[in-house]
Amino acid sequence: MKLTKKLLQILSSLFLIFLVSTSTLKAADECFEGLSRSIFKFNMAFDDIILEPVAKGYNKLPTPIKSGTSNFTSNIATLLSIPNSLLQGNLSQVGHSTGSFLINSTLGILGIFNPAEKMGLKPYKEDVGQTLGAYGFGPGCYLVLPVLGPSTARDSVGLIADSFLDPFAHVTIREKSLFGISGNDLDYFSVKGTDAVDFRADNILNFESVKQNSLDLYSSMKSIYLQDRENKIQNSINKDDDWGSLDN
Amino acid sequence: MRKLFIILLTIYFFNTSLHAYSSDPKEFVTELVNEAINKLSDKSLTEEDKMKFVEKVALENVDIKALSLYTLGELRKSTSKQDIIRYQKSFEKYFLKSLTSRLSDYSSSKFEVIAADQKSANYTIVNSKVTPGEGNPEIKIDWRIYTKNVDKPLIRDLIVEGLSLARTQKEEFASILSANNNNIVALIEKLDEFVKN
Repeated sequence: MKLTKKLLQILSSLFLIFLVSTSTLKAADECFEGLSRSIFKFNMAFDDIILEPVAKGYNKLPTPIKSGTSNFTSNIATLLSIPNSLLQGNLSQVGHSTGSFLINSTLGILGIFNPAEKMGLKPYKEDVGQTLGAYGFGPGCYLVLPVLGPSTARDSVGLIADSFLDPFAHVTIREKSLFGISGNDLDYFSVKGTDAVDFRADNILNFESVKQNSLDLYSSMKSIYLQDRENKIQNSINKDDDWGSLDN
Repeated sequence: MRKLFIILLTIYFFNTSLHAYSSDPKEFVTELVNEAINKLSDKSLTEEDKMKFVEKVALENVDIKALSLYTLGELRKSTSKQDIIRYQKSFEKYFLKSLTSRLSDYSSSKFEVIAADQKSANYTIVNSKVTPGEGNPEIKIDWRIYTKNVDKPLIRDLIVEGLSLARTQKEEFASILSANNNNIVALIEKLDEFVKN
């Protein structure tokens, strides 16, 4: 266990150095394109064999079960948004996230229902990658992580930091107790895995459409990921456009 | 008698698809999409009829020429006119093929235009939402409408949940061009290959 922690610390430090050295690069720049394309192929095979069939099966479940599962995992994800909204100085979002989590965990029966939304609370999903982005860190170069998918140098560092900042990770993979609640690795990976299946199931049609119509799926997914992260960092749709003289 | 019926049906079909939409961007999108949804969900039309309808509407109402130039990026400035024309022909075929396969997925959707925001004299963003059937989540779609000719608005981009389809296409093409020393012929070949398959 101590060895794993040590290894994680070393990896985090290496990634931090990597981030600092690549944060001036544009996200369109690749860290190691050949390797990323190979990992992307592996991820696509993983999706074909495991994720997509599971997501299709999940989509056949009755709607109340699907929405209950989706609400449950989203409610847990809100826990990571609270400290990140605070770090971004967005007090309104801290209120939305905290209020939403408390209401949904109690009135919403452990987050299965979403009464907070009906009360007008709309928490944005925030993570450390977005917080670093809000601080002005560039995305650094682009890379693909095994199973986890598209990322950037900044977002990869954020992913590691998330596991330290996320209260849910604290009580599960860190095996600490918070307000008398504790869990284990299995709880953490079950919730994250279910969240991934729920996301994939929501996007069956869209993903199929991108797959069918892409000349280079790797580049399409890269573009989609980078646009999505830009929007999430700004908490709005990117208004910049580059139509230039074509708009005149 | 049967032949006459088919001819009359064809004339009716092409006449209705040729009708002009409103010049107001918001009305234009509403009319166009509602007609498309009606046609795509019409069980009396064959798949071929539906695809022909989508192609016709796209050719008349999407600024495919500008879109093709946009997706080419900076290379459009240094490419010969002859290559640009060749590229635009291939792009149009590619665009129509990918569009027809995309739209058929949303034939059972409900569509609603929410607002319009005039960004300049030349373009307006129309905000809409689509609710697909079978309990699938609502999708926000923004339409970039080119309004230089006030009587004939044209669609230039769809921004689905904040993701610009034109930008995605442009970045995909940039990657193909970059892997082929910015040789436009390689991109044209890829487009032609897609259309053939």
